[in-house]
Amino acid sequence: MSRLARAVLLTLLVIWPFAAHAQKDSVTIGQTLEPPTLDPTTGAAQAIREVTYLNIYEGLLRIDRDGKLQPLLAESWTVSPDNLTYTFRLRRGVKFHDGSDFDAADVKFTFERAMAPDSTNAQKWIFAPIARIETPDRYTVVITLKEPTGNFLYGLAWGDAVIFAPETVAENRTKPIGTGPYRFERWVRGDRVELVRNDAYWARIPAISRATFRFISDPQAQVAAIRAGDVDALSNLAAQEAADQLKNDANLKVVVGNTEGETILAINNAKPPFNDVRVRRAIAHAIDRMAVIDGAVSGYGTPIGTHFSPNHPAYVDLTGTYPYDPARARALLAEAGHPNGFNATLRLPPPPYARRSGEIIAAQLAQVGIKVSIEPIEFAQWLDQVFRNKNYDLTIIAHTEPLDIGIYARDDYYFQYRNPAFNALMAKIGTTMDEAERNRLYGEAQRMLTTDAVNVFLFQLPKIGVWNVNLTGMWENWPLPANPIAELSWKR
Amino acid sequence: MKFPRAAAIMQRPALAAGATITLLLAMVALVSLVWTPYPYTDMNIAMRLQPPSARHWLGTDQFGRDILSMLMAGSRNSFAVGFVAVGIGLGIGVALGTTAAVRGGIVDDVVMRLADFTFAFPAVLSAIMITAWLGPGAVNAIIAIGIFNIPVFARLSRGSALQVLSRDFILAARAAGKGMARITVEHVLPNIAGILVVQATIQFALAILAEAGLAYLGLGTQPPNPSWGRMLNEAQTFMHRSPWLAIFPGAAIALAVLGFNLLGDGLRDLIDPKLRRARS
Amino acid sequence: MLALLVRRVIGLVLTLLAAAVVVFVVMEVLPGDPAAVMLGVQATPETLAALRTELGLDRPAPVRFATWIIDLLQGDLGISYTYRVPVAGLIAERLTITVPLALLSIALSTAIALPLGILAAARHDRPADAGIMVFSQIGVAVPNFWFALLLVLLFSVTLGWLPSGGFPGWQAGIGAAFAALALPAISLALPQAAILARVTRSAVLDALGEDYVRTARAKGLTRAATLRRHVLRNALIPVVTIMGLQFSFLLAGAIIIENVFYLPGLGRLVFQAIAQRDLIVVRDIVLLLAAMVIFINFAVDVLYTLIDPRLRGQRT
Repeated sequence: MSRLARAVLLTLLVIWPFAAHAQKDSVTIGQTLEPPTLDPTTGAAQAIREVTYLNIYEGLLRIDRDGKLQPLLAESWTVSPDNLTYTFRLRRGVKFHDGSDFDAADVKFTFERAMAPDSTNAQKWIFAPIARIETPDRYTVVITLKEPTGNFLYGLAWGDAVIFAPETVAENRTKPIGTGPYRFERWVRGDRVELVRNDAYWARIPAISRATFRFISDPQAQVAAIRAGDVDALSNLAAQEAADQLKNDANLKVVVGNTEGETILAINNAKPPFNDVRVRRAIAHAIDRMAVIDGAVSGYGTPIGTHFSPNHPAYVDLTGTYPYDPARARALLAEAGHPNGFNATLRLPPPPYARRSGEIIAAQLAQVGIKVSIEPIEFAQWLDQVFRNKNYDLTIIAHTEPLDIGIYARDDYYFQYRNPAFNALMAKIGTTMDEAERNRLYGEAQRMLTTDAVNVFLFQLPKIGVWNVNLTGMWENWPLPANPIAELSWKR
Repeated sequence: MKFPRAAAIMQRPALAAGATITLLLAMVALVSLVWTPYPYTDMNIAMRLQPPSARHWLGTDQFGRDILSMLMAGSRNSFAVGFVAVGIGLGIGVALGTTAAVRGGIVDDVVMRLADFTFAFPAVLSAIMITAWLGPGAVNAIIAIGIFNIPVFARLSRGSALQVLSRDFILAARAAGKGMARITVEHVLPNIAGILVVQATIQFALAILAEAGLAYLGLGTQPPNPSWGRMLNEAQTFMHRSPWLAIFPGAAIALAVLGFNLLGDGLRDLIDPKLRRARS
Repeated sequence: MLALLVRRVIGLVLTLLAAAVVVFVVMEVLPGDPAAVMLGVQATPETLAALRTELGLDRPAPVRFATWIIDLLQGDLGISYTYRVPVAGLIAERLTITVPLALLSIALSTAIALPLGILAAARHDRPADAGIMVFSQIGVAVPNFWFALLLVLLFSVTLGWLPSGGFPGWQAGIGAAFAALALPAISLALPQAAILARVTRSAVLDALGEDYVRTARAKGLTRAATLRRHVLRNALIPVVTIMGLQFSFLLAGAIIIENVFYLPGLGRLVFQAIAQRDLIVVRDIVLLLAAMVIFINFAVDVLYTLIDPRLRGQRT
């Protein structure tokens, strides 16, 4: 090492601890995956939302840390008695990061772009119910729907419905411009994205002045980085088993929360012998959910008994419906005409939770005579073979979209579950505007799925956050993947 | 003190060591067919990540499976990969190589161009693409490795065959009215068999390494069949608390590769002592 | 000589074209749709169709092949599906990690292997020789990714001296960057060094057996001086060959090591691009690597003739 380099290194080593002790108003968050672009309309990659949602971009509404809807760029709204017309009052004095004003025209532009035939918005369903958008004045947007849609507002709070300015939308992939509390500063590819506080922000100016998202995919490097203080927080550990090493560190807080990812053993309900509910129930009885959770995610997942997030107020705990009982499973199989079991394939996408769960489940099913052969496939193949062509027996995947129980009402969905009663229930929920009633119906829907043993519902994918004990405001759960920097602050 | 021919003496021990290691591994593979300490697929989540002990000599993995049993069964996998991948290369490669040597001309040109062409593609990357196309799994990994063995044997058998063909007894055979096909079978192949066996042993070692690499990337042998490479892949995130998971499977791979390499080198010296020094 | 060169260049171009066809075809038959991978499970069929149009995937394969080749000839490597930036930029970024890594491991392996190989040859058939050959056998047998894991276990997990993975970027300082590359470079260098040591040893031994060496010794030159003046120069040929091949191997062969260490290099880029069906990135990189192997082999041939005048004229 040259003398100069040594001197610089020494200086850094000396200065660093002091710099850290001065009142800190910056934050560095480590996350596992790097976003491919910074424009949420270019793809479904969650990493884009983790960096940009509520930091750079804002929508008419937002989801808060409890999963509740809150007004954001829309100050307030009214819904017509027939539930078809939504009138949004927009906030005044909001500016995009390039200095231009935010107004109704931007909303109209953004939504019409998302609805257009050539739109590549991954959540186009959000905008599908829209019949037309009118802007009677600069700060009013009137949206008319084709039919009443219970989840319309909820969809508008997603990271896919954030508002762009027409002049800058083409640049968003690498130079994102939004109305949020943080401006994009730079992107060092392969390493980090840096944001700085937007001092012209329309609401309260947040405490943190600079935020850096660092992308660290190596689980061991994540552990090292947070221990060394190179990052102040890890939003979600890359490998659950790494949490063990950090639990006893007095400077760190390990918070096990939930995502909206229901991890399920999906069953091809249309394919014999799985079209027999007794076979599906036998499979449910044959699986020891707690062993799967221990072996696959080191015990950190919340068990679920239906396709619904435990975070949601409408959640019903149905984990006791099919207790682990190999004898009962064998009896059910015999009843269904398979006393000696049968052969099946289990297609596994790449994430470790799926591969590990698959190995354990294959071993458990073997105990009751179901001989499962494991076929690991890439995500591209999973989408092609399993998801699109429904060419599978069993598969394991986490459905990470929030409140996605409606997928069971799609007859052509890859589960191939066809139950008119369920579809009618979902249609009713769609048009039910009263929240309590809607939650009651959601409960009914959950029970229906469990009774029909459509899939085996395993566990909610955990979000294991780790952060400095002095950092407050990180989201403990992910009702939507988000790390809003404006909610963070350092304890004095 | 002087060791006049220390390395020379080392040569035969190398052969002995190579033969011993490979025989031992072969025996382990055979034994694993009828007996392992525990069934290698038996999971016991309560006993996960146990360190080596009297009950589990090499400890247990993240599902509570016995590592020793998995390693034993994994040796079968490595042997199978080696045999089939080298078999593909040997079968097709020698056929192409000797044909090229005997026929010469345009056939020779085409075969050698193809061999060069195959070499231009990075082997690991190509194997990854092949498994992406055909799907991951032992068979496809073997095919991918086998394809890259073909040009190796094609070149070697062509070169060796050309040497044999220039010898006097070939002329004698031709004079006696034997056809080229017969000459190839009766004279060329027996004369190049030795060098091919040596190369096959070396390629066997390389095939084991290659499969381990692909399995490490998640593209080789799939569960529940144990594979040393995949065991390493699964060990990586548990390494901080259970280092044995990462140590034993790698040692098994290294031992197997060492064994076959030593055997190959030893055989080469036995067949052609002149080649000893020129080994590279 | 010129005719030979022209013939070789034509062969080179044809080989490259054939390589392009093979890569393109393999990418075409890969199951899975790039647009589906990007848009996830909620995408509607019309969104998928819109994205395919935007990416140009709706055009027939021959048209896309022709466009790809024509663009390549103009120096345009296309736009990555996943990252939506020019592929050339992506590759350039990743090369700033992969090339230093390859050079570092070549330097390391050379620094280890040349002295060992020469020593082994000079002490031929003595314990030092035997010891070095044993080292070489073990070095060849140890899988580099396992060696990498052992290094991580020792230097990162246990001692905490070096990072277990990731790359902070060159702007983080040369020290941090080299610290991140240290373990990967060592793990790549070990098997290379083992092979190189063997090649060096046998090359030196061969040269020692030549007549002119005996003449030199007879003229009264010491063993060391003979080694320096006559042997090493001639032993260099096979050594350079192997180093050339190793360099091309390192660019592609680092895929596994880059995955062990989560290094955002070329190998990891192409590995992820295959999984994400970022077909254009895969095509470009595979062709680039194949081209590199072809050119390096060409360059090694040229070096041969430069180092060894005897080869001039007799190479075909």
